[in-house]
Amino acid sequence: MQGIIEADDLTKTYNEMVAVSHIRFSVKKGEIFGFLGPNGAGKTTTMRMIECVSPRTSGALLVFGMDPEKNPAEIKQRIGVVPQETNLDPDFTCAGNLLTYARYFDIPPAEAEKREGDLLAFVALTEKRDVSIDKLSGGMKRRLILARALINNPDLLILDEPTIGLDPQARHLIWERLRLLRAQGNTIVLTTHYLDEAARLCDRLVIMDHGTFLVEGTPADLVRDQVGSEIIEMDNTPEVIACLVDLGVAYEILGEEVQVATDASRELAKTLLDRCKKSRLSTRPATLEDVFLKLTGRTLRE
Amino acid sequence: MPPIWSLPRITRRAGKVWHRNLVVFFKTWKVNFFPPFIEALLYLSAIGLGIGTYVGAIDGVPYIDYIAPAILAISVMNSAFFECTYGSYVRMYYQKSFDAMIATPLSIEDVIAGEILWGATRSLISVAIMLPVLVVFRVISLPSSLFAIPLAFLGGLMFAGLAMCFTAITPSIDTLNYPSFLLITPMMLFSGTFFPLSILPTIFQYVALAIFPLTHIVALMRMATLPQAGALLPLHIAWILAATISFCVISINLMRRRLIV
Repeated sequence: MQGIIEADDLTKTYNEMVAVSHIRFSVKKGEIFGFLGPNGAGKTTTMRMIECVSPRTSGALLVFGMDPEKNPAEIKQRIGVVPQETNLDPDFTCAGNLLTYARYFDIPPAEAEKREGDLLAFVALTEKRDVSIDKLSGGMKRRLILARALINNPDLLILDEPTIGLDPQARHLIWERLRLLRAQGNTIVLTTHYLDEAARLCDRLVIMDHGTFLVEGTPADLVRDQVGSEIIEMDNTPEVIACLVDLGVAYEILGEEVQVATDASRELAKTLLDRCKKSRLSTRPATLEDVFLKLTGRTLRE
Repeated sequence: MPPIWSLPRITRRAGKVWHRNLVVFFKTWKVNFFPPFIEALLYLSAIGLGIGTYVGAIDGVPYIDYIAPAILAISVMNSAFFECTYGSYVRMYYQKSFDAMIATPLSIEDVIAGEILWGATRSLISVAIMLPVLVVFRVISLPSSLFAIPLAFLGGLMFAGLAMCFTAITPSIDTLNYPSFLLITPMMLFSGTFFPLSILPTIFQYVALAIFPLTHIVALMRMATLPQAGALLPLHIAWILAATISFCVISINLMRRRLIV
Protein backbone atom coordinates (compact mmCIF):
# COMPACT_ATOMS: atom_id res chain seq x y z
CA MET A 1 0.00 0.00 0.00
CA GLN A 2 1.23 3.47 -0.80
CA GLY A 3 2.06 5.62 2.23
CA ILE A 4 0.69 9.06 3.06
CA ILE A 5 4.15 10.46 2.35
CA GLU A 6 6.62 8.80 -0.01
CA ALA A 7 10.08 10.34 -0.35
CA ASP A 8 12.82 8.90 -2.50
CA ASP A 9 16.28 10.37 -2.97
CA LEU A 10 14.88 13.65 -1.64
CA THR A 11 17.49 16.42 -1.65
CA LYS A 12 17.48 20.10 -0.79
CA THR A 13 20.36 22.51 -1.18
CA TYR A 14 20.46 26.20 -0.29
CA ASN A 15 22.98 27.80 -2.62
CA GLU A 16 25.96 25.54 -1.95
CA MET A 17 24.81 24.21 1.41
CA VAL A 18 23.26 20.76 1.43
CA ALA A 19 20.42 20.75 3.96
CA VAL A 20 18.84 17.40 3.10
CA SER A 21 20.74 14.77 1.17
CA HIS A 22 19.16 11.82 -0.65
CA ILE A 23 16.75 10.71 2.05
CA ARG A 24 14.18 8.03 1.55
CA PHE A 25 11.21 7.32 3.78
CA SER A 26 7.58 6.37 3.77
CA VAL A 27 4.95 7.38 6.32
CA LYS A 28 2.01 5.03 6.66
CA LYS A 29 -1.55 5.99 7.38
CA GLY A 30 -2.36 6.24 11.09
CA GLU A 31 1.15 6.25 12.49
CA ILE A 32 3.18 8.83 14.38
CA PHE A 33 6.47 9.24 12.57
CA GLY A 34 9.28 11.19 14.22
CA PHE A 35 12.31 13.06 12.89
CA LEU A 36 15.06 13.43 15.49
CA GLY A 37 18.38 15.12 15.15
CA PRO A 38 20.59 17.93 16.40
CA ASN A 39 20.10 21.53 15.27
CA GLY A 40 20.81 21.90 11.57
CA ALA A 41 20.24 18.22 10.84
CA GLY A 42 17.66 19.01 8.14
CA LYS A 43 14.46 18.20 10.03
CA THR A 44 12.68 21.50 9.48
CA THR A 45 13.76 21.61 5.84
CA THR A 46 12.20 18.18 5.35
CA MET A 47 8.97 19.35 7.03
CA ARG A 48 8.85 22.45 4.83
CA MET A 49 9.15 20.34 1.69
CA ILE A 50 6.27 18.13 2.83
CA GLU A 51 4.23 21.24 3.67
CA CYS A 52 4.66 22.44 0.05
CA VAL A 53 6.30 25.71 1.13
CA SER A 54 9.85 24.87 0.08
CA PRO A 55 10.55 23.34 -3.34
CA ARG A 56 12.87 20.33 -3.39
CA THR A 57 16.13 20.47 -5.29
CA SER A 58 15.95 16.89 -6.59
CA GLY A 59 14.46 13.50 -5.90
CA ALA A 60 10.83 12.44 -5.60
CA LEU A 61 8.25 13.44 -3.03
CA LEU A 62 4.60 12.46 -2.94
CA VAL A 63 2.07 13.52 -0.32
CA PHE A 64 -1.30 11.74 -0.59
CA GLY A 65 0.07 10.52 -3.92
CA MET A 66 0.39 14.09 -5.22
CA ASP A 67 3.45 16.15 -6.08
CA PRO A 68 3.89 19.24 -3.84
CA GLU A 69 5.14 21.23 -6.84
CA LYS A 70 2.14 20.38 -9.00
CA ASN A 71 -0.77 20.27 -6.54
CA PRO A 72 0.25 22.37 -3.54
CA ALA A 73 -3.25 23.73 -2.81
CA GLU A 74 -4.84 20.25 -2.93
CA ILE A 75 -2.22 18.85 -0.56
CA LYS A 76 -2.31 21.83 1.79
CA GLN A 77 -6.09 21.58 1.99
CA ARG A 78 -5.59 18.22 3.75
CA ILE A 79 -2.66 18.94 6.07
CA GLY A 80 -2.42 20.74 9.39
CA VAL A 81 0.84 22.44 10.34
CA VAL A 82 2.21 23.31 13.78
CA PRO A 83 5.27 25.42 12.95
CA GLN A 84 8.31 25.73 15.16
CA GLU A 85 7.81 29.48 15.41
CA THR A 86 4.60 30.80 16.91
CA ASN A 87 2.85 32.68 14.11
CA LEU A 88 -0.61 33.28 15.49
CA ASP A 89 -2.31 36.41 14.20
CA PRO A 90 -1.90 39.08 16.91
CA ASP A 91 -4.73 41.16 15.45
CA PHE A 92 -7.31 38.56 16.50
CA THR A 93 -8.58 36.77 19.60
CA CYS A 94 -8.26 33.01 20.09
CA ALA A 95 -11.60 32.40 18.38
CA GLY A 96 -10.74 34.99 15.71
CA ASN A 97 -7.53 33.16 14.87
CA LEU A 98 -9.38 29.91 14.29
CA LEU A 99 -12.20 31.52 12.29
CA THR A 100 -9.80 33.52 10.11
CA TYR A 101 -7.77 30.39 9.44
CA ALA A 102 -10.95 28.48 8.61
CA ARG A 103 -11.66 30.97 5.82
CA TYR A 104 -8.32 30.20 4.21
CA PHE A 105 -9.53 26.58 3.91
CA ASP A 106 -12.92 27.58 2.48
CA ILE A 107 -14.76 26.17 5.51
CA PRO A 108 -18.33 27.56 5.59
CA PRO A 109 -18.90 30.03 8.48
CA ALA A 110 -21.43 27.89 10.37
CA GLU A 111 -19.17 24.83 10.23
CA ALA A 112 -16.15 26.96 11.17
CA GLU A 113 -17.89 28.23 14.29
CA LYS A 114 -18.79 24.73 15.35
CA ARG A 115 -15.20 23.53 14.87
CA GLU A 116 -13.83 26.62 16.64
CA GLY A 117 -15.88 25.74 19.76
CA ASP A 118 -14.94 22.07 19.63
CA LEU A 119 -11.24 22.74 19.08
CA LEU A 120 -10.95 25.34 21.84
CA ALA A 121 -12.46 22.73 24.15
CA PHE A 122 -10.07 20.09 22.77
CA VAL A 123 -7.02 22.16 23.76
CA ALA A 124 -8.65 23.41 26.99
CA LEU A 125 -8.86 27.06 25.92
CA THR A 126 -12.64 27.58 25.96
CA GLU A 127 -12.32 30.19 28.71
CA LYS A 128 -9.81 32.16 26.64
CA ARG A 129 -12.11 32.30 23.63
CA ASP A 130 -12.29 36.12 23.45
CA VAL A 131 -8.83 36.86 24.80
CA SER A 132 -6.28 38.47 22.51
CA ILE A 133 -3.15 36.51 21.61
CA ASP A 134 -0.66 38.67 23.50
CA LYS A 135 -2.46 37.85 26.76
CA LEU A 136 -1.75 34.11 26.37
CA SER A 137 1.10 32.21 28.02
CA GLY A 138 3.59 30.30 25.87
CA GLY A 139 1.84 27.01 26.58
CA MET A 140 -1.56 28.42 25.66
CA LYS A 141 -0.16 29.74 22.38
CA ARG A 142 1.21 26.32 21.46
CA ARG A 143 -2.13 24.72 22.29
CA LEU A 144 -3.96 27.29 20.18
CA ILE A 145 -1.59 26.59 17.29
CA LEU A 146 -2.43 22.90 17.61
CA ALA A 147 -6.14 23.77 17.50
CA ARG A 148 -5.52 25.99 14.46
CA ALA A 149 -3.70 23.15 12.70
CA LEU A 150 -6.77 20.94 13.21
CA ILE A 151 -9.34 23.43 11.86
CA ASN A 152 -9.49 21.70 8.46
CA ASN A 153 -9.79 18.16 9.92
CA PRO A 154 -6.41 17.29 8.40
CA ASP A 155 -5.55 13.79 7.21
CA LEU A 156 -1.92 14.56 8.00
CA LEU A 157 -0.67 16.62 10.92
CA ILE A 158 2.87 18.00 10.76
CA LEU A 159 4.40 19.26 13.99
CA ASP A 160 7.78 20.96 14.10
CA GLU A 161 8.90 20.77 17.73
CA PRO A 162 5.38 20.94 19.12
CA THR A 163 6.29 21.13 22.81
CA ILE A 164 9.34 23.37 22.68
CA GLY A 165 9.64 25.49 25.81
CA LEU A 166 6.53 24.09 27.49
CA ASP A 167 6.08 23.11 31.11
CA PRO A 168 5.47 19.41 31.92
CA GLN A 169 1.70 19.92 32.30
CA ALA A 170 1.34 21.47 28.86
CA ARG A 171 3.60 18.83 27.27
CA HIS A 172 1.52 16.03 28.74
CA LEU A 173 -1.69 17.63 27.51
CA ILE A 174 -0.30 17.90 23.98
CA TRP A 175 0.99 14.31 24.06
CA GLU A 176 -2.37 13.05 25.22
CA ARG A 177 -4.14 14.98 22.45
CA LEU A 178 -1.75 13.66 19.82
CA ARG A 179 -2.40 10.06 20.95
CA LEU A 180 -6.11 10.76 20.79
CA LEU A 181 -5.72 12.04 17.24
CA ARG A 182 -3.78 8.93 16.24
CA ALA A 183 -6.50 6.78 17.76
CA GLN A 184 -8.94 8.57 15.45
CA GLY A 185 -6.84 7.49 12.48
CA ASN A 186 -4.83 10.68 11.90
CA THR A 187 -1.33 10.43 10.54
CA ILE A 188 1.19 12.53 12.42
CA VAL A 189 4.73 13.58 11.49
CA LEU A 190 6.77 15.41 14.09
CA THR A 191 10.25 16.66 14.78
CA THR A 192 11.59 16.97 18.29
CA HIS A 193 14.70 17.44 20.37
CA TYR A 194 13.06 15.76 23.33
CA LEU A 195 14.00 12.11 23.22
CA ASP A 196 11.55 11.08 25.92
CA GLU A 197 8.84 12.70 23.81
CA ALA A 198 9.91 10.74 20.76
CA ALA A 199 10.12 7.49 22.74
CA ARG A 200 6.62 7.98 24.17
CA LEU A 201 4.87 9.11 21.03
CA CYS A 202 6.49 7.76 17.91
CA ASP A 203 5.57 4.48 16.30
CA ARG A 204 8.59 4.86 14.08
CA LEU A 205 11.33 7.42 13.89
CA VAL A 206 14.48 8.38 12.10
CA ILE A 207 17.57 9.99 13.55
CA MET A 208 19.03 12.57 11.17
CA ASP A 209 22.32 14.37 11.07
CA HIS A 210 23.95 16.49 8.37
CA GLY A 211 20.95 16.01 6.09
CA THR A 212 20.97 12.21 6.06
CA PHE A 213 19.30 9.45 8.02
CA LEU A 214 21.50 7.58 10.46
CA VAL A 215 18.93 5.00 11.55
CA GLU A 216 15.25 4.25 11.20
CA GLY A 217 12.99 2.03 13.28
CA THR A 218 10.71 1.78 16.29
CA PRO A 219 12.07 3.43 19.45
CA ALA A 220 12.41 0.05 21.22
CA ASP A 221 14.20 -1.63 18.30
CA LEU A 222 16.59 1.28 17.92
CA VAL A 223 17.57 1.16 21.58
CA ARG A 224 18.03 -2.60 21.53
CA ASP A 225 19.93 -2.71 18.23
CA GLN A 226 22.08 0.34 18.71
CA VAL A 227 22.88 0.29 22.42
CA GLY A 228 21.57 -2.81 24.12
CA SER A 229 19.07 -3.10 26.87
CA GLU A 230 21.02 -1.59 29.76
CA ILE A 231 23.78 0.81 30.67
CA ILE A 232 26.23 0.12 33.51
CA GLU A 233 27.75 3.26 34.98
CA MET A 234 31.01 3.22 36.96
CA ASP A 235 33.53 5.76 38.27
CA ASN A 236 36.16 6.97 35.86
CA THR A 237 39.33 5.82 37.68
CA PRO A 238 42.52 4.30 36.24
CA GLU A 239 41.77 1.04 38.07
CA VAL A 240 38.32 0.69 36.50
CA ILE A 241 39.66 1.49 33.04
CA ALA A 242 42.48 -1.00 33.42
CA CYS A 243 40.03 -3.60 34.61
CA LEU A 244 37.66 -3.00 31.68
CA VAL A 245 40.51 -3.17 29.20
CA ASP A 246 41.61 -6.38 30.91
CA LEU A 247 38.16 -7.88 30.48
CA GLY A 248 37.90 -6.69 26.89
CA VAL A 249 34.66 -4.82 27.58
CA ALA A 250 33.79 -1.86 25.32
CA TYR A 251 33.28 1.32 27.33
CA GLU A 252 32.79 5.04 26.89
CA ILE A 253 34.24 7.75 29.12
CA LEU A 254 31.96 10.65 30.00
CA GLY A 255 33.72 13.00 32.38
CA GLU A 256 33.66 11.48 35.84
CA GLU A 257 31.88 8.39 34.62
CA VAL A 258 32.46 5.28 32.55
CA GLN A 259 29.51 3.75 30.71
CA VAL A 260 29.22 0.19 29.47
CA ALA A 261 26.30 -0.74 27.22
CA THR A 262 25.15 -4.33 27.45
CA ASP A 263 22.36 -6.80 26.86
CA ALA A 264 23.39 -9.00 29.80
CA SER A 265 23.75 -6.47 32.56
CA ARG A 266 23.33 -8.86 35.47
CA GLU A 267 26.18 -11.19 34.55
CA LEU A 268 28.43 -8.36 33.45
CA ALA A 269 27.67 -6.32 36.56
CA LYS A 270 28.56 -9.30 38.72
CA THR A 271 31.83 -9.84 36.88
CA LEU A 272 32.68 -6.17 37.09
CA LEU A 273 31.86 -6.04 40.79
CA ASP A 274 34.08 -9.04 41.42
CA ARG A 275 36.97 -7.89 39.30
CA CYS A 276 36.93 -4.09 39.31
CA LYS A 277 36.75 -3.29 42.97
CA LYS A 278 36.69 0.16 44.55
CA SER A 279 34.12 1.53 42.17
CA ARG A 280 30.53 2.62 42.52
CA LEU A 281 28.45 0.63 40.04
CA SER A 282 24.88 1.17 38.93
CA THR A 283 22.75 -0.06 36.08
CA ARG A 284 19.86 1.65 34.30
CA PRO A 285 17.77 0.83 31.24
CA ALA A 286 19.16 2.18 27.96
CA THR A 287 17.14 4.99 26.40
CA LEU A 288 16.74 6.69 23.07
CA GLU A 289 19.03 9.39 24.40
CA ASP A 290 21.88 6.86 24.53
CA VAL A 291 21.19 5.96 20.89
CA PHE A 292 21.03 9.62 19.91
CA LEU A 293 24.30 10.55 21.59
CA LYS A 294 26.02 7.43 20.31
CA LEU A 295 25.04 8.26 16.73
CA THR A 296 25.34 12.04 16.67
CA GLY A 297 28.19 12.49 19.12
CA ARG A 298 28.49 14.84 22.05
CA THR A 299 29.87 17.86 20.26
CA LEU A 300 27.78 20.96 20.83
CA ARG A 301 25.87 22.20 17.75
CA GLU A 302 25.13 25.82 16.93
CA MET B 1 13.60 30.35 -10.59
CA PRO B 2 11.00 32.05 -12.80
CA PRO B 3 12.09 35.34 -14.41
CA ILE B 4 11.04 38.50 -12.66
CA TRP B 5 8.51 39.49 -15.32
CA SER B 6 6.79 36.11 -15.57
CA LEU B 7 3.05 36.29 -14.95
CA PRO B 8 2.27 34.97 -11.47
CA ARG B 9 -0.56 32.49 -10.96
CA ILE B 10 -3.06 34.21 -8.73
CA THR B 11 -6.29 32.57 -7.61
CA ARG B 12 -9.47 33.93 -6.07
CA ARG B 13 -7.94 32.99 -2.70
CA ALA B 14 -6.13 36.35 -2.80
CA GLY B 15 -9.50 37.75 -1.73
CA LYS B 16 -9.19 35.94 1.60
CA VAL B 17 -6.02 37.86 2.45
CA TRP B 18 -7.77 41.08 1.43
CA HIS B 19 -10.72 40.12 3.60
CA ARG B 20 -8.49 39.42 6.62
CA ASN B 21 -6.99 42.90 6.38
CA LEU B 22 -10.42 44.46 5.90
CA VAL B 23 -11.73 42.79 9.07
CA VAL B 24 -8.74 44.05 11.08
CA PHE B 25 -9.17 47.55 9.61
CA PHE B 26 -12.81 47.76 10.63
CA LYS B 27 -12.06 46.47 14.13
CA THR B 28 -10.23 49.73 14.72
CA TRP B 29 -12.26 51.86 12.31
CA LYS B 30 -12.30 54.93 14.56
CA VAL B 31 -8.53 55.40 14.41
CA ASN B 32 -8.47 54.46 10.74
CA PHE B 33 -11.23 56.74 9.49
CA PHE B 34 -10.10 59.88 11.26
CA PRO B 35 -6.71 60.62 9.62
CA PRO B 36 -7.93 61.14 6.00
CA PHE B 37 -10.68 63.39 7.31
CA ILE B 38 -8.26 65.51 9.35
CA GLU B 39 -5.66 65.46 6.58
CA ALA B 40 -8.12 66.98 4.11
CA LEU B 41 -9.07 69.69 6.60
CA LEU B 42 -5.45 70.52 7.41
CA TYR B 43 -4.27 70.74 3.80
CA LEU B 44 -7.26 72.80 2.74
CA SER B 45 -6.93 75.32 5.53
CA ALA B 46 -3.12 75.62 5.68
CA ILE B 47 -2.20 75.48 2.03
CA GLY B 48 -5.49 76.30 0.32
CA LEU B 49 -6.66 79.15 2.52
CA GLY B 50 -3.29 80.17 4.00
CA ILE B 51 -0.89 80.11 1.06
CA GLY B 52 -3.79 80.48 -1.35
CA THR B 53 -4.43 83.99 -0.06
CA TYR B 54 -1.09 85.06 -1.53
CA VAL B 55 -1.18 82.90 -4.66
CA GLY B 56 -4.68 83.79 -5.76
CA ALA B 57 -5.25 81.74 -8.90
CA ILE B 58 -3.27 79.38 -11.15
CA ASP B 59 -4.26 79.28 -14.82
CA GLY B 60 -7.51 80.98 -13.82
CA VAL B 61 -8.32 78.33 -11.21
CA PRO B 62 -8.59 79.45 -7.53
CA TYR B 63 -5.56 78.06 -5.67
CA ILE B 64 -7.64 76.04 -3.22
CA ASP B 65 -9.44 74.36 -6.14
CA TYR B 66 -6.07 73.77 -7.79
CA ILE B 67 -4.63 71.83 -4.85
CA ALA B 68 -7.81 69.92 -3.92
CA PRO B 69 -7.17 67.11 -6.46
CA ALA B 70 -3.52 66.99 -5.35
CA ILE B 71 -4.66 66.32 -1.80
CA LEU B 72 -6.62 63.34 -3.10
CA ALA B 73 -3.70 62.10 -5.23
CA ILE B 74 -1.19 62.37 -2.38
CA SER B 75 -3.57 60.44 -0.16
CA VAL B 76 -3.85 57.70 -2.81
CA MET B 77 -0.07 57.46 -2.86
CA ASN B 78 0.49 57.53 0.88
CA SER B 79 -2.30 55.12 1.82
CA ALA B 80 -1.20 52.35 -0.53
CA PHE B 81 2.53 52.96 -0.22
CA PHE B 82 2.69 52.92 3.56
CA GLU B 83 0.24 50.03 3.86
CA CYS B 84 2.35 47.85 1.57
CA THR B 85 5.74 48.88 2.95
CA TYR B 86 5.58 49.17 6.72
CA GLY B 87 2.20 47.41 7.09
CA SER B 88 3.08 44.44 4.90
CA TYR B 89 6.60 44.23 6.31
CA VAL B 90 5.25 43.98 9.85
CA ARG B 91 2.83 41.25 8.80
CA MET B 92 5.54 39.41 6.88
CA TYR B 93 8.52 39.73 9.22
CA TYR B 94 7.28 40.41 12.74
CA GLN B 95 3.89 38.71 12.77
CA LYS B 96 4.91 35.84 10.43
CA SER B 97 1.41 36.08 9.01
CA PHE B 98 2.53 35.17 5.49
CA ASP B 99 4.15 31.96 6.80
CA ALA B 100 0.90 31.05 8.55
CA MET B 101 -1.10 31.78 5.40
CA ILE B 102 1.00 29.75 2.98
CA ALA B 103 0.61 26.70 5.23
CA THR B 104 -3.02 26.74 4.02
CA PRO B 105 -4.18 26.37 0.40
CA LEU B 106 -3.10 29.99 -0.20
CA SER B 107 0.04 30.42 -2.30
CA ILE B 108 2.57 33.20 -1.79
CA GLU B 109 1.26 34.77 -5.02
CA ASP B 110 -2.26 34.82 -3.53
CA VAL B 111 -0.95 36.40 -0.32
CA ILE B 112 0.99 39.20 -2.03
CA ALA B 113 -1.82 39.87 -4.51
CA GLY B 114 -4.23 40.11 -1.56
CA GLU B 115 -1.92 42.56 0.19
CA ILE B 116 -1.67 44.71 -2.95
CA LEU B 117 -5.44 44.66 -3.40
CA TRP B 118 -5.79 45.72 0.19
CA GLY B 119 -3.29 48.58 -0.27
CA ALA B 120 -5.38 49.81 -3.20
CA THR B 121 -8.51 49.52 -1.07
CA ARG B 122 -6.88 51.72 1.57
CA SER B 123 -6.39 54.38 -1.12
CA LEU B 124 -9.99 54.07 -2.18
CA ILE B 125 -11.24 54.39 1.41
CA SER B 126 -9.09 57.48 2.02
CA VAL B 127 -10.39 59.22 -1.08
CA ALA B 128 -13.96 58.24 -0.26
CA ILE B 129 -13.58 59.87 3.17
CA MET B 130 -11.92 63.00 1.80
CA LEU B 131 -14.35 63.65 -1.04
CA PRO B 132 -17.27 64.81 1.16
CA VAL B 133 -14.95 67.22 2.98
CA LEU B 134 -13.87 68.73 -0.34
CA VAL B 135 -17.48 68.91 -1.46
CA VAL B 136 -18.44 70.79 1.70
CA PHE B 137 -15.60 73.25 1.05
CA ARG B 138 -16.98 73.65 -2.50
CA VAL B 139 -13.55 73.10 -4.04
CA ILE B 140 -14.41 70.21 -6.36
CA SER B 141 -17.20 69.68 -8.92
CA LEU B 142 -19.80 66.96 -8.92
CA PRO B 143 -20.53 64.50 -10.40
CA SER B 144 -17.24 64.42 -12.37
CA SER B 145 -15.23 64.22 -9.12
CA LEU B 146 -16.73 60.79 -8.47
CA PHE B 147 -14.18 59.50 -11.01
CA ALA B 148 -11.70 60.05 -8.22
CA ILE B 149 -12.95 56.86 -6.54
CA PRO B 150 -12.10 54.32 -9.28
CA LEU B 151 -8.97 56.32 -10.03
CA ALA B 152 -7.99 55.98 -6.38
CA PHE B 153 -8.22 52.21 -6.66
CA LEU B 154 -6.16 52.07 -9.85
CA GLY B 155 -3.56 54.48 -8.47
CA GLY B 156 -3.61 52.52 -5.23
CA LEU B 157 -2.74 49.32 -7.12
CA MET B 158 0.18 51.12 -8.75
CA PHE B 159 1.61 52.47 -5.49
CA ALA B 160 0.91 49.23 -3.62
CA GLY B 161 2.83 47.28 -6.30
CA LEU B 162 5.70 49.78 -6.14
CA ALA B 163 5.73 49.59 -2.35
CA MET B 164 5.74 45.79 -2.41
CA CYS B 165 8.86 45.85 -4.63
CA PHE B 166 10.69 47.72 -1.86
CA THR B 167 9.26 45.46 0.83
CA ALA B 168 10.51 42.44 -1.11
CA ILE B 169 14.10 43.66 -1.20
CA THR B 170 14.49 45.65 2.02
CA PRO B 171 16.93 44.10 4.50
CA SER B 172 15.11 45.58 7.49
CA ILE B 173 12.19 47.82 8.40
CA ASP B 174 14.56 50.78 8.87
CA THR B 175 15.77 50.73 5.28
CA LEU B 176 12.18 51.28 4.15
CA ASN B 177 12.84 54.89 5.18
CA TYR B 178 14.93 55.36 2.03
CA PRO B 179 12.11 55.05 -0.50
CA SER B 180 9.90 57.11 1.82
CA PHE B 181 12.26 60.07 1.94
CA LEU B 182 14.00 59.76 -1.41
CA LEU B 183 10.98 58.93 -3.54
CA ILE B 184 7.67 59.61 -1.82
CA THR B 185 8.52 63.04 -0.35
CA PRO B 186 10.04 64.46 -3.58
CA MET B 187 7.05 63.10 -5.50
CA MET B 188 4.67 64.79 -3.12
CA LEU B 189 6.34 68.14 -3.84
CA PHE B 190 7.35 67.93 -7.51
CA SER B 191 4.54 66.13 -9.31
CA GLY B 192 2.41 69.13 -10.23
CA THR B 193 0.78 68.97 -6.83
CA PHE B 194 1.05 72.44 -5.29
CA PHE B 195 2.35 74.28 -8.37
CA PRO B 196 2.23 73.49 -12.09
CA LEU B 197 5.04 71.44 -13.58
CA SER B 198 5.35 74.10 -16.32
CA ILE B 199 7.20 76.49 -13.99
CA LEU B 200 10.01 73.93 -13.50
CA PRO B 201 13.00 73.75 -15.87
CA THR B 202 12.10 71.58 -18.87
CA ILE B 203 14.39 68.75 -17.87
CA PHE B 204 12.61 68.44 -14.51
CA GLN B 205 9.26 68.43 -16.26
CA TYR B 206 10.35 65.44 -18.32
CA VAL B 207 11.72 63.68 -15.25
CA ALA B 208 8.46 64.21 -13.39
CA LEU B 209 6.45 62.90 -16.33
CA ALA B 210 8.74 59.98 -17.05
CA ILE B 211 9.47 58.56 -13.61
CA PHE B 212 7.07 60.02 -11.04
CA PRO B 213 3.91 57.91 -10.88
CA LEU B 214 2.21 60.61 -8.83
CA THR B 215 2.44 63.12 -11.71
CA HIS B 216 -0.06 61.06 -13.70
CA ILE B 217 -2.45 60.54 -10.80
CA VAL B 218 -2.46 64.27 -9.94
CA ALA B 219 -3.11 65.18 -13.58
CA LEU B 220 -6.06 62.78 -13.87
CA MET B 221 -7.46 63.81 -10.48
CA ARG B 222 -7.35 67.43 -11.56
CA MET B 223 -9.11 66.63 -14.83
CA ALA B 224 -11.86 64.97 -12.76
CA THR B 225 -12.36 67.58 -10.05
CA LEU B 226 -12.15 70.86 -12.03
CA PRO B 227 -13.44 69.25 -14.39
CA GLN B 228 -11.20 69.90 -17.37
CA ALA B 229 -10.15 67.08 -19.68
CA GLY B 230 -6.73 67.56 -21.25
CA ALA B 231 -4.97 66.33 -24.35
CA LEU B 232 -2.64 64.14 -22.29
CA LEU B 233 -5.50 62.07 -20.81
CA PRO B 234 -4.75 58.87 -22.82
CA LEU B 235 -1.04 59.19 -22.12
CA HIS B 236 -1.58 59.42 -18.37
CA ILE B 237 -3.91 56.40 -18.37
CA ALA B 238 -1.51 54.35 -20.48
CA TRP B 239 1.43 55.25 -18.23
CA ILE B 240 -0.51 54.26 -15.10
CA LEU B 241 -1.70 50.96 -16.57
CA ALA B 242 1.78 49.99 -17.75
CA ALA B 243 3.36 50.94 -14.42
CA THR B 244 0.67 49.18 -12.39
CA ILE B 245 1.05 45.91 -14.26
CA SER B 246 4.85 46.07 -14.14
CA PHE B 247 5.07 46.91 -10.44
CA CYS B 248 2.55 44.26 -9.40
CA VAL B 249 4.11 41.48 -11.48
CA ILE B 250 7.67 42.32 -10.43
CA SER B 251 6.78 42.68 -6.76
CA ILE B 252 5.06 39.30 -6.62
CA ASN B 253 8.04 37.59 -8.24
CA LEU B 254 10.48 39.40 -5.94
CA MET B 255 8.43 38.37 -2.92
CA ARG B 256 8.41 34.79 -4.12
CA ARG B 257 12.20 34.91 -4.34
CA ARG B 258 12.43 36.31 -0.86
CA LEU B 259 10.03 33.94 0.85
CA ILE B 260 10.09 30.66 -1.06
CA VAL B 261 13.51 29.13 -0.52
